[in-house]
Amino acid sequence: MMAALSVLSFSLLVAAGSFAAGVAGAMTGLGGGVVLIPMLTLGFGVDIRYAMGASLVSVIATSSGAAAAFVREGYTNIRVGMLLEIATSLGAILGAVIAVWVHPSWIAFILGLVLLHAAYTSLRSNSPADLAGEIAARDRFSRALHLDGTYPTANGMVAYHVQSVPAGFALMGVAGILSGLLGIGSGVIKVLAMDRVMKLPFKVSTTTSNFMIGVTAAASAGIYLGKGYIDPGLSMPVMLGVLAGSLLGAKLLANAPVKQLRLLFGIVIAALAIEMIYNSLTGRFQ
Amino acid sequence: MSAPDVRVEPRELEIRLGNLLRIGVTMAAGVVVTGGIIYLYRHGYEVSGYHDFRGEPAALRTFSGILSESAQFHGRGIMQLGLLVLIATPIARVAFAAYGFARQRDWMYAGISTLVLLLLLYGLLVSK
Repeated sequence: MMAALSVLSFSLLVAAGSFAAGVAGAMTGLGGGVVLIPMLTLGFGVDIRYAMGASLVSVIATSSGAAAAFVREGYTNIRVGMLLEIATSLGAILGAVIAVWVHPSWIAFILGLVLLHAAYTSLRSNSPADLAGEIAARDRFSRALHLDGTYPTANGMVAYHVQSVPAGFALMGVAGILSGLLGIGSGVIKVLAMDRVMKLPFKVSTTTSNFMIGVTAAASAGIYLGKGYIDPGLSMPVMLGVLAGSLLGAKLLANAPVKQLRLLFGIVIAALAIEMIYNSLTGRFQ
Repeated sequence: MSAPDVRVEPRELEIRLGNLLRIGVTMAAGVVVTGGIIYLYRHGYEVSGYHDFRGEPAALRTFSGILSESAQFHGRGIMQLGLLVLIATPIARVAFAAYGFARQRDWMYAGISTLVLLLLLYGLLVSK
């Protein structure tokens, strides 16, 4: 247990930690939120419910802050994002309602599993499959819903087809539940659904996921606010730190050794995951 | 009827929506910083404590409470108001997207966006 800190030193330390999480999250594409809850609960002794509230509002800030730049580049598929938001918003509301009834130990345990999955994604070294241009049968849902799009590449605009809409939609529901249950953005699962299942080009998946994260988090944020999970004194340094960190991280990204960073961040996340699971099993989360 | 063109007019709208998000986040951050300065100035040397969950007082859980706390220049109320602006930002974006699709006469996506908007408003207003 750490010694009692003054509000000022606590705020500065939390802001510095959140800044680092924001830089790492933006540079690895995993988002800053994924390490915030372990940092606040394990490092600062914050109750997991306050940590979830602070993490959720930070997720909205980073998602919305980065979206303007992404939109300019022309990658975001707004139709795919909006359609899938039906699933994630429903899931997020459900998750936030469930969160009130689930024991904090279970929340910590489930978060540990989600972190392990994020670490696995980060450590798996193969580059994302970019399937643009691949000739595939057009999905009938995709056709009916006008989901296919184009995106800019070095060789001009390239068209792509969207596959497996129902499977992607279902996985997005899961992403929404986890977002509302844990106070995270679920970006890793959203990218998985679009990149691997629906076969969108990787850059379209990541930018559309970024657009969706803020909307999904907004769906459960109102419920968190009403349940008293969002503490302004804690959320202030977290949100400002992560926002500043992720803006810097996005700027540094161009010349960064992304592969080594993902390896390093993956190891950190795996360690945090194991500590979350260990602490949840030994009853530290009350 | 042919499929509506995905690229031409929406690009302009998308860029405007992206800017809306940035304005929302900047405003929210500005309000949170203002409240944070007041809060740290008045309470910076008190002992911090988030170890036990007590939940926020009613004044920081409802719109009317947050507004009245802010009007009294309470740091915590103003910070919470900033966070409320932040939460409202993606919701506003979905509302503008619905309007944009309707203007393009893309009724399917105007409907989908409206459905998402209703879900978000349910989360914000009704679910408590």
